[in-house]
Amino acid sequence: MSPTSPMQCAASLSAGLLLSVLPLSLGASGSAMAAESTSQSEQILRIANGAEPGSLDPQQTNGTWETRITRDLFEPLIAYSADGKLIPGLAERWESSADGVSWTFHLREGLEWSDGTPLTAEDAVFALRRLLTPATAAHNATLYYPIVNTRAVNTGALAPEQLGVAAPDAQTLTITLSHPSATLEQTLAMSEAAPLPRHVITANGADWTRPANMVTSGAFVLNEWTPQSHITLTPNARYHAADTVALDEVVYLPIEESHAALNRFRASEVEIAYGVPASHYTWIQDNLAAALHTYPILGEYFYVFNLREGSPVADQRIRRALNLATRREVITERILGMGQIPSWHFVPRALGEHQGARFDFADWSMDRRMAKARELMADAGYGPETPLELTLRYNTLEDHKKIAVALGAMWKPLGVKVTLTNTEAAVHYRDLALGDFEVGRYGMIATIADAYDFLNAFSSDNTSNAPGLSSPTYDALIEAAAREGDVGTRQRQLHDAEQYLLDNDVVLPLYDYVTSSLVDPAISGWAPNALDVHPSRYLQLDTSH
Amino acid sequence: MLSYTLKRLLQAIPTLLVVITLSFFLMRVAPGGPFDGERRLPPEIEQNLRAAYHLDEPLPMQYLRYLGDLVQGDLGPSFKYKDFDVSELISQGFPASLELGMWAILAALLIGVPLGVIAAIRRNSTADYVVMSTALAGIAVPNFVIAPLLALVFGVLLGWLPAGGWNGGAWQNLLLPVVALSIQQIAYIARMMRASMIEVLGSHYIRTARAKGLSEWKVILRHALRPAMLPVVSYLGPAIAGIITGSVVIEQIFGIPGIGRYFVQGALNRDYTLVMGTVVFYGALILLLNLIVDLLYSMLDPQIRYDD
Repeated sequence: MSPTSPMQCAASLSAGLLLSVLPLSLGASGSAMAAESTSQSEQILRIANGAEPGSLDPQQTNGTWETRITRDLFEPLIAYSADGKLIPGLAERWESSADGVSWTFHLREGLEWSDGTPLTAEDAVFALRRLLTPATAAHNATLYYPIVNTRAVNTGALAPEQLGVAAPDAQTLTITLSHPSATLEQTLAMSEAAPLPRHVITANGADWTRPANMVTSGAFVLNEWTPQSHITLTPNARYHAADTVALDEVVYLPIEESHAALNRFRASEVEIAYGVPASHYTWIQDNLAAALHTYPILGEYFYVFNLREGSPVADQRIRRALNLATRREVITERILGMGQIPSWHFVPRALGEHQGARFDFADWSMDRRMAKARELMADAGYGPETPLELTLRYNTLEDHKKIAVALGAMWKPLGVKVTLTNTEAAVHYRDLALGDFEVGRYGMIATIADAYDFLNAFSSDNTSNAPGLSSPTYDALIEAAAREGDVGTRQRQLHDAEQYLLDNDVVLPLYDYVTSSLVDPAISGWAPNALDVHPSRYLQLDTSH
Repeated sequence: MLSYTLKRLLQAIPTLLVVITLSFFLMRVAPGGPFDGERRLPPEIEQNLRAAYHLDEPLPMQYLRYLGDLVQGDLGPSFKYKDFDVSELISQGFPASLELGMWAILAALLIGVPLGVIAAIRRNSTADYVVMSTALAGIAVPNFVIAPLLALVFGVLLGWLPAGGWNGGAWQNLLLPVVALSIQQIAYIARMMRASMIEVLGSHYIRTARAKGLSEWKVILRHALRPAMLPVVSYLGPAIAGIITGSVVIEQIFGIPGIGRYFVQGALNRDYTLVMGTVVFYGALILLLNLIVDLLYSMLDPQIRYDD
């Protein structure tokens, strides 16, 4: 279905006009809505949460719309603050040995599951073993590979008991690594790494996520779950910081259509809407400015070049010419217009600590870039008289199409004739992985806040390595960074790896993603952050509003 | 009629089997799989996933496994909604789709049939033109335009009704989606009714009825309406099956927990079991409704009898 038809735009325009005449109609709720509206004293937060979660088992969730819920239910050893910083979670403190391979986590005292069962380090061991057994088929299993024996356990070669995790006593968890890892804390802060209620999972099997069975460690418990309708959470009285939780109820509504989410936000039927319709962005800026938050997230929109032999872009001169001729700010300002950041880099800039690399031509004038690009194309044997035919592939979506069309127009002066091909996402990414493309659209969202997460994708043995980069230099940098304990050295290695991608024009980066949310100004404790995590335990409604 | 019904039900089994077999293999022929995404999975992890869903077995074996499970009423676990079985997803979502769909069909019949009749008996009058051009507009404007407009006007601007949500099927939440869903149906039925009524009104027995001196309303209600309903009834079979299995557009715009979305999402996500589940469910529903339509025929048209 098409979410942005011209008629809908016309409708919203007239709606905008009407609104300026009838400003009061927004807040007025008819008697029909009384049933669903919140009472003044109760702290009920309703969230338009994008899609229906695929699961509420934290070890089966990946998407932000899923982890938003599982993070409210299960607290990992390391948690996130309201602004996305790592803070102590179920573990009150932790330390690592001088060589960086032995880690010890000390759990808080008196921790309990929501049913009153004591929560011990054994539950943490149980969860990590469960996560990494082959049957769980965890998507992010490779992130845990620094832990001793993880790979062997995950492929079924060793029993889960051989994993390098142990619970010497009820309050202590030890993790042994095969080499230092700078990403262990980030990894353990993912909700999939949280301790799990062993007693409940053992008793209920796959049905343990049902409201009647689920027992949690986080700020909330699962009260109701009707698929495609709503998920209701209520406070967990046994949460270690229960007295700091203000909300009485959190209702997650799976509203996929961003126009529908906007309507329901305007009708005061939800207090937070994640994602806004791009077609209405300007209108929202003009009319809902106090509620609109737009902020960069750890995601990159780019194209990959097929470097494999026989590909027309195997010649670096052509790839550099295309990179030179691409006017990134035209795409971010004229086509998208939501504050996306044009990228002369590959790793998103929202990743603060990463010492980013840059294209060496980033500061050149457009004329100078075009002159150089023409020169390179001529060297490679192409020009307006002898055009280069290129196929651009993208996965079917209106914005991807607009960008692909724009790229075709930007490259035309170089004598590049672009043909556009689009397929649905599943086919698109499979073909890219198989090398069945010339220039292909790609998008990457961080799993953890680390440059390694982005750069590792182009190691020669990585299955996400669509360009087919096979460079011992690059592989060595990535491998070294994976094992480096020293922060400064590791940052340099990652910087060099990113610079390598840019110097060799492996990718055509276009922009850093931003995301937009509508948050009722009556809510406090909500802070934009690059990981887009907003635990409900920090949120509060100003009911006098 | 009973033996006819039984015979038809038995005949439905091979039909359904053909549908299942075709869908099963077509789904697998489609490029891309359930685990293809932006981040390609390392081989060992993809292997774990494939094993978990028995996708590592040979295809004929998977097919037989599916049939075996199906006979026991097991539609398998969804690939995408991992905490639920497909049969659970369908049984939880179907009541909402059914309730919404039945109201929409009822509205379509109660409004569409009289409109069509009026247009037919006042052929080429202003009433006819108004009804038919409105119907044409109803057919031409897709519901992804009507639905957001209704939500915007009545939900957001006027605030009379909720802009979305199900709320257990409360009438306030039902009203807008029922309107959005029935507009096209009203239009179809009115047009169909008009055409068939005009045809019936031109037949000999109507002339006879009029010659007997019956009033025009009696002629229409007693003699013309029933035979004129036949095309509408045969349209209703597949139409009801289509409507009560939900509409992805209406569900997404109004936030209704129905099963319409599963048809689209299942296919896009290559959620094999969900696709198969919806196909089996929809196929069985169509066969059943077509049977009911055929039985209704015999009540409407005395020339049709099913005793063999």
